[in-house]
Amino acid sequence: MTEKTITRAQLSEAVYQEVGLSRNESADLLEAVLGEIAVALSRGEAVKISSFGSFAVRSKGERVGRNPKTGEEVPILPRRVLVFRPSQLLKKRINDGPLGARKGGK
Amino acid sequence: MTKSELIARLAEKNPHLYQRDVERIVTTIFDEIATALTRGDRVELRGFGAFSVKRREARQGRNPRTGAQVAVEGKTIPFFKTGKQLRERLNVGGDE
Repeated sequence: MTEKTITRAQLSEAVYQEVGLSRNESADLLEAVLGEIAVALSRGEAVKISSFGSFAVRSKGERVGRNPKTGEEVPILPRRVLVFRPSQLLKKRINDGPLGARKGGK
Repeated sequence: MTKSELIARLAEKNPHLYQRDVERIVTTIFDEIATALTRGDRVELRGFGAFSVKRREARQGRNPRTGAQVAVEGKTIPFFKTGKQLRERLNVGGDE
């Protein structure tokens, strides 16, 4: 299986094909979608996209880490991380597709 | 924020578009990402993050309640890695 990398170019091309706005405007709207999601997340708000998945912000407390090279202890400051939870539907879609077929028939 | 709230916010900022079109834009984007993942492709959105799939091999699991052994089938799971810029954005301002 040859794996490709999809970027903004292909996504905005899909929007262009599907919606019939200009290529420029399609690219701008893709950016606006990602922008709105980023704004909500940076406010700490979770973003739920039905049938795709949800993005949530989790706060991590301070903990002691180690520099793996020197073994030196370094404090890891409290921070916020983003977690993505795929929907059941997305998981199912992926496993029912050609990748799931690798499971081998039974 | 839900998908319909996202659509409403975008529609508000783009009054020249029909709400119907905004809806199709959002749906197309996520559908395109999902389709790419189904093919095993990676979707990289610089500054935002990257979606990819990871293979989980079949393994011998245990029912945590009874301790009985159960065969767990191999599967492919979607995975998201937050982009550097977004990761940094989550940690400025806010509750710092």
